[in-house]
Amino acid sequence: MLLIRCPHCGERPEPEFAYGGEAHIARPADPAAVSDDDWAAYLYLRTNAKGVHAERWRHTRGCGRFFNALRDTTTDRFIATYKSGEKRPEGLR
Amino acid sequence: MSRQRFSGFSLLWNSLGKHQGWREQWRRAEPQAEYDAIIVGGGGHGLGTAYYLAAEHGLTRIAVLEKGWIGGGNTGRNTTIIRSNYLFDESARLYDHSVKMWEHLSQVLNYNVMFSPRGVMMLAHTVHDVQVAQRHIHANRCNGVDNEWLTPEDAKAFCPPLNIDPGLRYPVLGAALQRRGGTARHDAVAWGYARAADALGVDIIENCEVTGIRRDAGGAVEALETTRGVIRSRKVGVVAAGNTSVVLGMADVRVPLESFPLQALVSEPIKPVFPCVVMSNGIHAYISQSDKGELVIGAGTDAYTSYTQRGALHVNMHTLEAICELFPMFRRMRMLRNWGGIVDVTPDRSPIIGKTPVPGLFVNCGWGTGGFKATPGSAHVFAWTMAKDEPHPINAPFTLDRFREGHLIDEAAAAAVAH
Repeated sequence: MLLIRCPHCGERPEPEFAYGGEAHIARPADPAAVSDDDWAAYLYLRTNAKGVHAERWRHTRGCGRFFNALRDTTTDRFIATYKSGEKRPEGLR
Repeated sequence: MSRQRFSGFSLLWNSLGKHQGWREQWRRAEPQAEYDAIIVGGGGHGLGTAYYLAAEHGLTRIAVLEKGWIGGGNTGRNTTIIRSNYLFDESARLYDHSVKMWEHLSQVLNYNVMFSPRGVMMLAHTVHDVQVAQRHIHANRCNGVDNEWLTPEDAKAFCPPLNIDPGLRYPVLGAALQRRGGTARHDAVAWGYARAADALGVDIIENCEVTGIRRDAGGAVEALETTRGVIRSRKVGVVAAGNTSVVLGMADVRVPLESFPLQALVSEPIKPVFPCVVMSNGIHAYISQSDKGELVIGAGTDAYTSYTQRGALHVNMHTLEAICELFPMFRRMRMLRNWGGIVDVTPDRSPIIGKTPVPGLFVNCGWGTGGFKATPGSAHVFAWTMAKDEPHPINAPFTLDRFREGHLIDEAAAAAVAH
């Protein structure tokens, strides 16, 4: 079981959280203007990184808020968690 | 080297020699400089592809590259359930093609894969479950796939350990039964295909990880860089399950996959008590009993993407709570082992079998949590696709392009859970 640090509440066990998929994927501002390839990429393509992965979590059974995390998918170790809207921290492995 | 045939006679003959006369079942091959076709991934699907390429399409110089040992990935980690009761026409054709091949696989390979069509029973716990199950049954029967509705009493008669007490939190309101479904011995599938492919000259190269894909000026596949040197081939099939994104990334091909841990566990071995396979999508539990006597139990995927081949205990606990409710006689059983595999999940929970934008590069992936059942059919149509450079009619709808075109085969919505 993962121990996850909510940026608002501190460390809590994984069952308090819901996974929200890859982070930093913005919906195209004007979907009608986007090509089929780009729209399919937005809907379906994910990096599926083997290594450091930026992802969303939601503290559903706590404060209820979304936040972002960097996690190494080869070890499941969390490298950092940060609030929604903040930029992905750089240089961390 | 000619293959040693297995038969009652050969068993008797070798018993006279105190079983010293058995040879290794496949060679320990060294990589050659060049092959007509290379399969990346030595699981059941990959080994099967190599076998059908050799047996049905006449290719002679074929290699299977496996980064670990054959059958050590999801082929050796799944709960061995075989069924074809999928909702959509495309899926029904694909999975039923496979079930029909399972029925003769032991004879075809001369290797006992222990296919046991003991029946797969899927439980319904709510009015919605009942309606969905009956819709599946009707759709299946239109597609020639056997599936029938059982009342709770019928379900109990078919599987006596089942608790049909109406007072349960999620009572059993009925079940859909596919009698042709069942289980097989997963390791034997990998070994049987490996032995049969080896006898046709296929090189099975273990401990050989692909580290790069070389392409020529036109962009077509030219060679693979591996931990055992560069191996040339103009035809490469990637069958790498949870690591498919990584391998295809080497050729700059992006696929709509996410890799999740999927866990399973077995109990201590006991006498035969469980006659069939029972699945409950609603409260998420799968159970059958292996020929060794262990209860084989499948859990759901963990919530997050990962490559670690392990997951969290609370996911298994969730499944065991459901098992104990449905089968109270197992409440005091001890669990022996648990493990995880990394499954590659597509957005519509249907596989991708076909060509990629890179000439000469083919992919068979996205089997998610349910690939084992499809092993023979998947390998068969993928070998066709690689040999003829065009899809077999059965796998033609399962393209990579369907995500751009919108022609999804949305079994995810059909079953409402990973399956």
